Amino acid sequence: MNILTGNDLKTGEVVWWDGQNWSLSVHDAVDVGDMGEQILAAEEAARRVNVPYALVASRTEEGVRPAHIKDRVRALGPTVRRDLAVPTASKTGWDWVI
Amino acid sequence: MYQYDQYDQAMVDARVEEFRDQAQRRLDGKLTEDQFKPLRLMNGLYLQLHAYMLRVAIPYGTLNSRQMTALGDIADKYDRGYGHFTTRQNLQYNWIKLEDAADILADLSKVEMHAIQTSGNCIRNISSDHFAGAAHDELIDPRPYAELLRQWSSFHPEFTYLPRKFKIAVIAAETDRAAMRLHDIGIQIVKNEAGEVGASFYVGGGMGRTPMIAPQIREFVPLDQLVTYAEACLRVYNRYGRRDNKYKARIKILVHEMGAEEYTRQVEEEFAHLLEQGVEPPLAELERIKPFFADPAFEDGPKSIDRSDPDFALWVDRNTVRHKHDSYVSAVISLKPVGGIPGDATGDQMRLMAKLAKQYSFDELRVMHTQNIVLPHVKIADLHALWTELEAADLGAPNLDTIEDIIACPGLDYCALANARSIPLAQRISENFAKNGRTEELGQLKLKISGCINACGHHHAGHIGILGVDKKGTENYQLSLGGSEAEDVSLAKITGPGFDEDGVIKAVETVTDVYLETREDGERFLDTYRRIGMTPFKEALYDK
Repeated sequence: MNILTGNDLKTGEVVWWDGQNWSLSVHDAVDVGDMGEQILAAEEAARRVNVPYALVASRTEEGVRPAHIKDRVRALGPTVRRDLAVPTASKTGWDWVI
Repeated sequence: MYQYDQYDQAMVDARVEEFRDQAQRRLDGKLTEDQFKPLRLMNGLYLQLHAYMLRVAIPYGTLNSRQMTALGDIADKYDRGYGHFTTRQNLQYNWIKLEDAADILADLSKVEMHAIQTSGNCIRNISSDHFAGAAHDELIDPRPYAELLRQWSSFHPEFTYLPRKFKIAVIAAETDRAAMRLHDIGIQIVKNEAGEVGASFYVGGGMGRTPMIAPQIREFVPLDQLVTYAEACLRVYNRYGRRDNKYKARIKILVHEMGAEEYTRQVEEEFAHLLEQGVEPPLAELERIKPFFADPAFEDGPKSIDRSDPDFALWVDRNTVRHKHDSYVSAVISLKPVGGIPGDATGDQMRLMAKLAKQYSFDELRVMHTQNIVLPHVKIADLHALWTELEAADLGAPNLDTIEDIIACPGLDYCALANARSIPLAQRISENFAKNGRTEELGQLKLKISGCINACGHHHAGHIGILGVDKKGTENYQLSLGGSEAEDVSLAKITGPGFDEDGVIKAVETVTDVYLETREDGERFLDTYRRIGMTPFKEALYDK
């Protein structure tokens, strides 16, 4: 699946496109098919997200899992500060990142 | 230490208000990210993996307690209760909101700090010897010259858009504690045969994807021409440095491709021209700066230490360094607790270090490029009281220059450029060696870890270096041996194929085994490597 991510303009928090809005949880991310560029352009122009980009992910039993480790770290938070993990993503274990 | 005059303060305050307006215009949608990005970067504000990151400049690593307290307060008020001391003697906050950034800069300005020129293709924070002004072996205190260069390079209109970022280090001892020859310009203050004090210039060093050791281009520049010579070095770079390819834009590439001899010839020509123009700051400015770095009022006191507490004695042996006054030492506060994150300190720890600096070190602290903190002037008589407070705050790790004193960049846990995580390796390696008890036996062993080829973790200069790379979407680690950033500078060589996380941790144990089995009396790891070469290490790592 193709999903979209970026950072919140004001807070810098990592956000994921849920089809209507930007969510803090990677598991809310939806498959945008080939509409990614169009959505990104509109959302960035509306200042609803900063530096957004599209990426490949898969839907697993644990939820949406980005293909690249960098995006999995973005989804969950620093692996070395688990106390700072993104709360809504924490249904996955930390092994999910690696 | 240096205190802002009205011009410094006015410049920084004006910059805060300018950025406040720029940030608001971005939030209001009047600026696009493409328009705003260069403006925020000029004020040290990056966008990293999880949030905005603010890099605060700590000129030549020197802080007073008021400044360290403010850094701790900012960590608590605007961030998540901690900050990260970097290999450029700076501090980074990892969780900054854009809407708070100008307020943070305003808070920094109140204590004579800023984030200007901590990013962008300009002259970055000037770094120096963290023991400057305290070291027993220095010729003079290099910081007045570092400060002069800071003032010269701040908002220098000609050097605001260089081909690439530019880093300068200034030292004044034969012992290089600032990785001087791995900077774009390394300046060593020296004495010539006539007994005059001047500066040796080394140009074109650096780490990153193409590590190079800076060659000496001028043996002796009179100190009253130091800034002029630096300006000549920059001018030639600004004129000929490549702007078509960012990977070939650093001055090290120019010096390498042009040849040190031809680069030097052009610098000398420019230098002669600049001398005629009289661009050197007036001597009066240097004389105004110097008293800020005058020695504090040292007092004679006890020189012996009660070593009856073995934990204290170990900390004294490992974490204190000889001072120029024999009743004092420089005390290193390790930010590397076993299993901890190298360079991280909480707001509470920063405030405690500030308090201890005020109480025991004439109100001064230094940030080491090895991500530790120095109290430069501590009375020997006060050491036990100091250590007791550090221990209670998890700041008393006795591991300076040991295998537990690991440099690690933020890596993939925080950094948008990284390919692999660095911090977990540092944590596991320090835990391993603390557990197996071999730290003491190994002696001086500098292990440095970078999460990508940009080498913020100085892996090229590690006795043992680790570089994280991306291997088809998974983390992989290259091991290298034989680097040094000290006066015996050398670049580490890769051992061979990379390892996964478990594999590279095992590999570090393997190479230390080889060292212990083959070392001769008095040899450090680096000495043994240089004597026996790579082959025995490779055989142990790969011939199984």
